Amino acid sequence: MSVADRLTEFVQVLRAKGIQAGPGETVDAAAALEVLGFDDRERTREGLAACLIRRDGQRAVFDSTFDLFFPLGVGIPEQARHEHLTLDELDDRLVAAFAADDESALLQLAGLAVDAFGQYGQGGSGTSGWSAHQTLDRVQPQTLLVRVLAAMRAQAGFTERLDRDEIRRRIERFRELVRGEALRRVAELRGRERLSRSAVPPTPDQVDFLQAGRSQVAEMRRMVQPLARKLATRLAARRRRAARGQIDLRRTLRRSLSTGGVPMTPVFRKHRPGRPEIVLLCDMSGSVASFANFTMLLVQALRDQFSKVRVFAFVDGIDEVTHLVTAGVADPAALGARILSEASVIRWDGHSDYGRSLEEFSDRYPDVIGPRTSVLILGDARNNHGDPRLATLAHILRPARRSFWLNPERRDLWSTGDSAAHDYASVVEMHECRNARQLGTLVSRLIPV
Amino acid sequence: MTGFFTSVDEVAARLAEAGYLASDAVATTVYLADRLGKPLLVEGPAGVGKTELAKAVAQVTGSRLVRLQCYEGVDESRALYEWNHAKQLLRITAGRDETWDQTRNDIFSEEFLLSRPLLTAIRGDEPTVLLIDETDKADVEVEGLLLEVLGDFQVTVPELGTITATQRPFAVLTSNATRELSEALRRRCLFLHIDFPDEDLEKRIVLARVPDIDDTLATSLVRVINALRAMELRKSPSVAETIDWARTLLELGAEGLTEELVRDSLGVILKHQEDIVKAGQRLELDKL
Repeated sequence: MSVADRLTEFVQVLRAKGIQAGPGETVDAAAALEVLGFDDRERTREGLAACLIRRDGQRAVFDSTFDLFFPLGVGIPEQARHEHLTLDELDDRLVAAFAADDESALLQLAGLAVDAFGQYGQGGSGTSGWSAHQTLDRVQPQTLLVRVLAAMRAQAGFTERLDRDEIRRRIERFRELVRGEALRRVAELRGRERLSRSAVPPTPDQVDFLQAGRSQVAEMRRMVQPLARKLATRLAARRRRAARGQIDLRRTLRRSLSTGGVPMTPVFRKHRPGRPEIVLLCDMSGSVASFANFTMLLVQALRDQFSKVRVFAFVDGIDEVTHLVTAGVADPAALGARILSEASVIRWDGHSDYGRSLEEFSDRYPDVIGPRTSVLILGDARNNHGDPRLATLAHILRPARRSFWLNPERRDLWSTGDSAAHDYASVVEMHECRNARQLGTLVSRLIPV
Repeated sequence: MTGFFTSVDEVAARLAEAGYLASDAVATTVYLADRLGKPLLVEGPAGVGKTELAKAVAQVTGSRLVRLQCYEGVDESRALYEWNHAKQLLRITAGRDETWDQTRNDIFSEEFLLSRPLLTAIRGDEPTVLLIDETDKADVEVEGLLLEVLGDFQVTVPELGTITATQRPFAVLTSNATRELSEALRRRCLFLHIDFPDEDLEKRIVLARVPDIDDTLATSLVRVINALRAMELRKSPSVAETIDWARTLLELGAEGLTEELVRDSLGVILKHQEDIVKAGQRLELDKL
């Protein structure tokens, strides 16, 4: 395959995965390849990334696709042809590599590990392949922690206490390498394009949030961008119109001093349209997690449009997570995990308790909601038969300018089982919001034109 | 193409001479931007050396550095050019014996044009590094302005016509991603995400900036910094803070990191009380 063919195919696959690289970028990438050559793989990688990537969040997708298209080597690693590792030998070498933080050794061991423990099925038949899961299941790199610690004991002192976390990160890195290696081998077996195509899910904007898988959430994320852009244009149009107001006589005269008292540029009084503030209350319990994660991505995209965005997450306790959401985390699943681990959203048993969370919100954040605030509550209103505390909710929402409840469940499931949907709907406007399309319609209504 | 460099290794070596230790990714991308003549959009957390990179490139190539600092409300007259009204008025009142046509042609000539950074960078004949700092702070309208400048390196002044760069500036845009930049602007640039350096590079940076520091002390302090960054604090310590900390420890006459030293000097690297508390717990520092 020629370099040009491989490059265009590479770009095609990137596009299918949501990296919007146009023909211009492909030309740039080709020029970069010409300038850089293939002598140094990491430089080739960085060069292509500079041309094809547009923002941070795309790097992980880019890297894994790059590994697929520009593999380190083809077939079995050189060494593995001569030696066949037993599990014990592999463990010993892994311990040494972890202790020394030797990236290239890890890369090689990942290749050996997949080769020795990752194959399933019979060669040649349609069901055979390579599995990272199976490899990691057999190798169990996480069990090596204590041995690596022992191997590193040489340097004592304050930093000793950091070892454990560092080794964990290295082990995680090794897992990634194994996944990449397995993927590369499968690609070799089945053809790159088929593999990457099968990873792309269909019709993203109508997939139910509650059923959406990881990759589909990524797909939906792509639709958020144009939506945010559309809202931005609407807001900008409004601001321009508002800027043409009355002449500000005082400032016009002040400015005319530099032109000898001739008022050459009249100054207009500016209206400052109140930009809406938004407060989000998110149910983070397992049942609605993918929905909440996705909505927070939307909030990230919208955060310049609103003068203030505050996000609170709850399960059976509530905590502010604004700093986590706005920190620019790209991966929704990782964001969800961070919220669960870093904010105190679980106080008791980890079952959602809307009543208790609302009570706590009212106690801890009495001043968050004001007359300029739009409040969004996201959740399925499944309260585990607890007290819904409707009065508390009404009290919280009273000062708000507008408030909505977005429920990711089908309307005919509301108030079935432990759902208190219709009870809450009597206090706050509740909308069915099952997919990205419905969400788009709702959010555009939040910005008054 | 600006033609400052001939290889990636040369970029790395020359930047290092100016005291900027570039990772492979940085050196490669700078080299590409130089060869392809495309602007470079640099993103990344605060304090990883985005602005420093532009300064270093200017320094090692002997170029003039033209800087446009963006802020909310920066506009055409601040970024591109404006007419010197006062001088124009003086010209009109001074010349009495000429026709209106002559005056009109005269007051919209180069003499009365005040060049702002973008026009300055384009008009010059000498090699130039154009730094557009914190692009994300500027309003969306300014981005439209940048499109013409960065796409073709030309500026249109209605009264004078289109001014095209004879010598392409090496353009660097920085952004902290407080606002999403438009797709059109991103498409015109090469993209570089500078992250915190890896331990090895950061240690070399510390040793370069604080030469008196002991090697083992540098190793362990960089390890602590890396552990802190992995904790997802409100404000992760940047490279600048690593260097501050190294200086502080040196000042305190530290020979190795101890629990007490770390506890007492944590304020140098962490700027939020909640971060300090969290770091203290995770690093198992004894309660005060």
